Amino acid sequence: MNWASWNDFFAMGGYALYVWGSFGVTLVLMVMEMLLLILRKRSLFGQLRRTLGARRVAQ
Amino acid sequence: MSAGTTATGPNRKRTQINWFKYSSPQTFFPLAAKLAPWFGAAAALLCLAGLYISFFVAPTDAQQGDAYRIIFIHVPAAWMSMFLYVVMAFWAGAGLVFNTRLSGMMASAIAPSGALMTFIALWTGALWGKPTWGTWWVWDARLTSELILLFLYFGFMALQAAIDDPRRADKAGAVLALTGVVNIPIIYFSVQWWNTLHQGSSVSMKSAPTMAATMFAGMIVMALGFWMYSIAVTLLRVRCIILERERRSDWVAQYARTLK
Repeated sequence: MNWASWNDFFAMGGYALYVWGSFGVTLVLMVMEMLLLILRKRSLFGQLRRTLGARRVAQ
Repeated sequence: MSAGTTATGPNRKRTQINWFKYSSPQTFFPLAAKLAPWFGAAAALLCLAGLYISFFVAPTDAQQGDAYRIIFIHVPAAWMSMFLYVVMAFWAGAGLVFNTRLSGMMASAIAPSGALMTFIALWTGALWGKPTWGTWWVWDARLTSELILLFLYFGFMALQAAIDDPRRADKAGAVLALTGVVNIPIIYFSVQWWNTLHQGSSVSMKSAPTMAATMFAGMIVMALGFWMYSIAVTLLRVRCIILERERRSDWVAQYARTLK
């Protein structure tokens, strides 16, 4: 085990800004990419449903 | 083709896999939906295992202290940034040669993820450079060529976005993507060809890695995780692109009827 305590873990031997800045930003970006794609898919499905509804009304 | 069959002529039997079956957006669309969760789950498991190794198994470095732990995302992201570009250029080129619609969609689906990986490599590189080199950025060959890679991804996306007809956008993008491939060996070999502040590679095909086995293991597991993540995200994005481009087709109208 590398760390004596959680504080020790978060301090990262004095490099907290650099290590957590790297891992944190990477995590945020990856989660954001996933979320944006899920939202994009949802809005596309919504559009498809609306155009389908419009076609049914027109028929 | 079945192995060991020498019979020729009209009577020969052979099992053939129709590789082009899934080259149509219509057949690939449901396949991508089936595959994406598996790659996503693999990505999550590998990244969690990789993070565990990165922080709890790999020891503190004698010279760099804990700052070196940035390597566990910096190197996988940098590898993926180059690999994704080659895959993107491959699909773009396949689209030019075979004129298949899905190839261009695949290239467009990979570009944003490639740009993201390039950005992560540059960002973590800057955060690693500050404590170890004393600077966020230098205009050395490795860093500059990686920055050019980011601009190539942006250029590809901007060019495609600027052309209304998707098929023409694919062709123009393909020419740009294929031209940009020349940058990949430049990035890879930059640390050998020029005197750079960036260190040489710790991992090579020819010799054992010049790092502790646990550090190497963490890097490989994280790289596999990033790879699976990229595949999952690309599949999700290509599904959106397929729907956007084919929304006026009959099969999408049929598909829309199955949505609640």
